[in-house]
Amino acid sequence: MTKTMYEKIWDANLVHEPESGSPLLFVDRHLMHEVTSPQAFEGLRLQNRQVRNVHSILGTIDHCVPTKDRYNIVDAIAKKQVETMTSNCAENDINLYGMDSDQNGVIHIVVPEHGFVHPGMVVVCGDSHTATHGAFGALAFGIGTSEVEHVMATQTLQQKKAKTMLVKVEGKLPAYSTAKDIALAIIAVTGTAGGTGYVMEFAGDTITDLTMEGRMTLCNMAIEAGARAGLVAPDQVTYDYLEGREFAPKAEYWEQAVAYWESMKTDEGAEFDEVITLKAEDIAPQVSWGTSPEQVISVTGVVPSPSDFDNEVKAQACASALKYMDIQAGQKITDINIDIVFVGSCTNGRIEDFRAAAEVIKGKKVADGVQAIAVPGSFPVKLQAEKEGLDKIFVEAGWEWRDPGCSMCLAMNGDELKDGQRSASTSNRNFEGRQGKGGRTHLVSPAMAGAASIAGRFVDIRDWK
Amino acid sequence: MQPYIKHTSIAALMDRSNVDTDQIIPKNFMKKVERTGFGIHLFHNWRFLADNVTPDPDFELNKPAFQGAKILVAGENFGCGSSREHAPWAIADYGFNTIISTSFADIFFSNCFKNSILPIKVSDDELAALMAEIKADEGVEFTVDLEAQKVTTPGGIEINFDVDAFRKESLLDGLDDIAWTLKHEDKIAQFEQANKKKLPWLWPSA
Repeated sequence: MTKTMYEKIWDANLVHEPESGSPLLFVDRHLMHEVTSPQAFEGLRLQNRQVRNVHSILGTIDHCVPTKDRYNIVDAIAKKQVETMTSNCAENDINLYGMDSDQNGVIHIVVPEHGFVHPGMVVVCGDSHTATHGAFGALAFGIGTSEVEHVMATQTLQQKKAKTMLVKVEGKLPAYSTAKDIALAIIAVTGTAGGTGYVMEFAGDTITDLTMEGRMTLCNMAIEAGARAGLVAPDQVTYDYLEGREFAPKAEYWEQAVAYWESMKTDEGAEFDEVITLKAEDIAPQVSWGTSPEQVISVTGVVPSPSDFDNEVKAQACASALKYMDIQAGQKITDINIDIVFVGSCTNGRIEDFRAAAEVIKGKKVADGVQAIAVPGSFPVKLQAEKEGLDKIFVEAGWEWRDPGCSMCLAMNGDELKDGQRSASTSNRNFEGRQGKGGRTHLVSPAMAGAASIAGRFVDIRDWK
Repeated sequence: MQPYIKHTSIAALMDRSNVDTDQIIPKNFMKKVERTGFGIHLFHNWRFLADNVTPDPDFELNKPAFQGAKILVAGENFGCGSSREHAPWAIADYGFNTIISTSFADIFFSNCFKNSILPIKVSDDELAALMAEIKADEGVEFTVDLEAQKVTTPGGIEINFDVDAFRKESLLDGLDDIAWTLKHEDKIAQFEQANKKKLPWLWPSA
C-alpha cells in the first residue's frame, strides 16, 4: 500500500493504539523556550515526576530578550520568566542555549543550525511555529503547556491522526518572489482555517528549488494556513545542510541515516485527502493588507472592499480590518506609507534574509521618519552577517543592527509598535495588536521590507530603482 | 482537573470570526510562570479603554446581561494563531467552561480539553440559530449536557454534538492525562528499546 510521508512518520512513531483511549505517538525531539515551559516544569514538580529523556530536549531563551542591552530586562515578571527557564534547565540537566551562550537565538533558527532535527522525526515545542522544522521532512508541530509537561513525563503525546493535503507549486518564481511570497500566496488560497485538521506536504519543482532557509520560511507559515504542520520531502539539499552539524548523525551512521530518510518520503501514487496546485509564475511579491494572514494581495493590487467577498463572514472581516488598519478600499498597496520596518523572526531571521534586504538597501538611506531594525535570528546568523559586512550596509543605510531575539514579531521584549504606527514586517502574523496595542502590521518578504524602508511606502521591488 | 458537570448558564455572544489567541490573551500578559490569574487579562485589548483599566462599554462581554456567563458563542475559526495555553487558562479563569463555534483551530481545541473547557462544534445553521436567540434575549441561559452530548435552549433549540469518546470521558471524570498515559509505560519502554536499535544515532551513546 502506498503511503504519504505523514502516514509513514505516524506509523514509525506510533507507540500504542489502545482499544479505548487515545493513540500514543512517540516524540523524538522536544524544543523549549521560556514562555510556554515554566508551568510544565512546575506540574512535574508537584506530581514528583521526572523528565524521561533529557537528551531529546533543546532549549533557548528568545521571546523576552531585549535586542539592545540584552541583559537589562526591565520588566521584573519577564526577568523572572527568563531566570525560571535557566534554573529549570539546570536542575533537569537540559541543554540550554541561554543568555550567556554564543549560540543563543530564536528557537526555530537555533535548532536547525545545530542539526537537531532530522527527516522522519516527530518534533514538538510549546510554540505554533514549530511547523518550521517540517522543512527537514520531520513532523513538527506546536503543543500547549499541558502537553509540554506530558511529553517531558512520557516522551509521547496523545494524538489524533490528521488528514493530508498536498500543496503543489510548479514553475519558476518571478524575480524577487521568495518562499515568504509562496507562503502568503498559499494562505490567500486556503484561508487561515483551510488547513485546519490537515498536515500539508509542499511539493513541486518550485519547492525543491528552494534552499533549506526558504523551505523553513515556507513550513513556518503552514500554521497560518491553519495546518498544524507542513512537510517538505528530504533530498540532497537537506542532507548537505545537515551533514557535519553538531547533532547530525556521525559518519559511521550517515549512510544508514540517509537510507532511512529516503525511505520516509511519500510513495509514488500515494493519495492525499486534498490537493491544491499553484503556478509559481503567478506569485508576485505579496503584502498583507488586513489583520489576518489570509488578507493578503500582490504588491500590484489594491486594497479590497467588503463587497469583493461573496462570503458574509469574510466581508465582515474585511470591513473590520479596513477600520483597524486605517486604509481605504481601492487604495493602491504602493500608496500605503509605513513608520517602522522589521527584518527578523523565526520566519525570516536567517542569513539569506539579511542578504536579501541588504542587497536592496545598499548605498541608500532610510526614508525620513522611518525607523528600521534588523534583528538576526541567532548569534551565529549575526556573526555570519557581520563576516559578510552586511551589518555595515544596514547601519550605513540608517538601520539599527540589533542582537538576536523574537523581538517585534510578537513584541514581548519591549520592541513594539506604538498605537497607530504601521510596520512592514517580515514576521508571520498581522493580528490586531500583535506588534503592540493599536499597531498595524503588513507582512512582507525581507527584500520588500528593505525597499519599503527606503521608499517610506510599499514598492514593487521588480521595477523600483 | 475539574470534572465537567451538566449546567444551565448564561450564553455570551461574540459575533466575530477568526478570534485569535493574541486577542484572547495579549502577549504582555504571558510573562508569568504560574497557570493562574489570567482571567483579568482576557481579551484585554478589546475589553478595556485606552487607560487599560476602564471597561469598554462597547465590548460585547462587558454587557451587564453577559456577566457570569459560562458559555461563549463565537464565530468560525476560534482560537487561531499562537499555541499559547494561556488562552484557555484565561478563558477558564474568567469563568467560561464551554465555547460553541462552527470551527476551532487545532492546537487551541486540544488545549481546551486539558483545562476542563468543552469546545462544541456546530453547523452554520445551528450557530446562526443560537446567535439569534441570544440577540433576541440577552442573558438567556443554555443548558449543556456533555453526558448526553446535547445543547438545549429555552427557545426550543436542541443540538446534538459530536465529541471524541476519550476526550469526553476525560472531561467528565477530570482525568489526569499523564497518569493515563503512564499506564502504558511498558509500551513506551518497549518502543524506546526498539528505536535505539533502529535509529541508534538519535540516542546518547552508552
